[in-house]
Amino acid sequence: MALYSDKVMDHFQNPRNVGKIDDAQNVGIGEVGNAKCGDIMKMYLLVEDGVIADCKFNTFGCGSAIATSSMATELIMGKPLEEALELSNKAVVEALDGLPTHKIHCSVLAEEAVKAAVKNYYDKNGIEYDAEKFAQVHDCEHCAD
Amino acid sequence: MFVYADNAATTCVSKAAVDAMMPYLTNNYGNPSSLYSFGQDAKEALEEARKTIADIIGAQPREILFTSGGSEADNQAIVSMAKVGAIKGKKHLISTKFEHHAVLHTLNALEKQGFEVTLLDVHEDGVVRLDELEAAIREDTALVTIMFANNEIGTVQPVKEIGALCRSKGIPFHTDAVQVAGHMPIDVNEMNIDLLSMSGHKFHAPKGVGVLYAKRGMPLFNIIEGGAQERGKRAGTENIPGIVAMAAALKESVDNMEANAEKMIAMRDKLFAELSKIPHSKINGSLEHHVPGTVNMCFEGIEGESLLLLLDAKGVCASSGSACTSGSLDPSHVLLSIGLPHEVAHGSLRLSIGEYNNMDEIDHIIKVVPEVVSYLRSISPVWEDLENGKRPHLI
Repeated sequence: MALYSDKVMDHFQNPRNVGKIDDAQNVGIGEVGNAKCGDIMKMYLLVEDGVIADCKFNTFGCGSAIATSSMATELIMGKPLEEALELSNKAVVEALDGLPTHKIHCSVLAEEAVKAAVKNYYDKNGIEYDAEKFAQVHDCEHCAD
Repeated sequence: MFVYADNAATTCVSKAAVDAMMPYLTNNYGNPSSLYSFGQDAKEALEEARKTIADIIGAQPREILFTSGGSEADNQAIVSMAKVGAIKGKKHLISTKFEHHAVLHTLNALEKQGFEVTLLDVHEDGVVRLDELEAAIREDTALVTIMFANNEIGTVQPVKEIGALCRSKGIPFHTDAVQVAGHMPIDVNEMNIDLLSMSGHKFHAPKGVGVLYAKRGMPLFNIIEGGAQERGKRAGTENIPGIVAMAAALKESVDNMEANAEKMIAMRDKLFAELSKIPHSKINGSLEHHVPGTVNMCFEGIEGESLLLLLDAKGVCASSGSACTSGSLDPSHVLLSIGLPHEVAHGSLRLSIGEYNNMDEIDHIIKVVPEVVSYLRSISPVWEDLENGKRPHLI
């Protein structure tokens, strides 16, 4: 019995969409997490006509942190921004065929990374939004600092 | 290539141990408490194993108590001394910040029962200071328990001097020698040790068997009640196959100790030398006072669990003190106790070498660790910040 599902291991060992996108007006960049807690995710979204035309990530963290970031990029690629905002940590966990209980935190971080990147794009382009949608779920004492 | 480099976690069972235990797993299954000769044969094997182990550490056979392992031995030693102390009105216990949880959690439980616990600093080098121990000792100190060598960073403590200090103050001294037994010389008399724990599976015996040495006159209280075994101090039918195997494994390890240590130190030092070439890496704990087989290092900008998983994919079994591998939010208490910042401690790697490893395996580790570290750094936003100056390098 392995620690993680085959899908988690696949996304961890062969992460999709790893990399960066140069900052520009139509690029949203979001970073969440805390090095003190052992995980930081940085998400890059290239937006064209309100749709995520490209998406990249960099992650410092455990196997499931890398796998959840990778899966999150796959789930939002090509989607309208509004749809990406609906991405839940639960959807990421399901797409990965589950995570150990103490790793659910990583999927929350992936959801927040996408939201932070969308928010950055909105802010940059003066687009109004409902702040409620960006309320972060702090589930870690260091991150709450 | 498969490389087992986690010998501080557990070791393979040696052929000597298997050969020794086999008769007791097959034909000689008698209960040593039975009167008939079939049972008494098992009793004889039990007492012979006790004598073998006693001789190796300079103890009397009656001072050797067989347990289920190091954790049970630690529990029984500490709880017993606390109870004896409490009878005399002494309710202060001294230990260190980087003990094994078998010690720390037992102390924690005693704290809740009204005992006071002082945990000594182990400084950046992972070595306790005698003057600080002396300053911590009080009139009501019932026990000093300090590990012989640390399980994560491999630093060896000045046990003999600690023992002498404790003896001069009339305080019982217990040491968790789980990482030392079979690998470095132990002499309980010369080292002034009153109580000592060891665990068979750290020196090529099977899991589930260990020893508590208790100097004659050290009163022990039972953790397990229910029978007259082990002079009434530990109930339960003795694990004869495990005990016999443990004695054989310890004897073999001790008989070859010098040669094994020489081989392990050569491999360990090569790992330190080569892996230190990775930029922004750090060796954890003093190299001057060190067990032969343990290498503990940190690599900045990466996280330990992903490092371990990628090493596993390349055939290397290792361990880490990162929070993610411990299942908690905080990295290892050992790495924090030597002053490492959280973000650095998350990137730790422990490789523990045994005499069954060889230089080809070490070369494989030296090849794959830098590859994996450099890959993880390439996808790490922390490393990016460190490299472009947005975040200061800490190591």
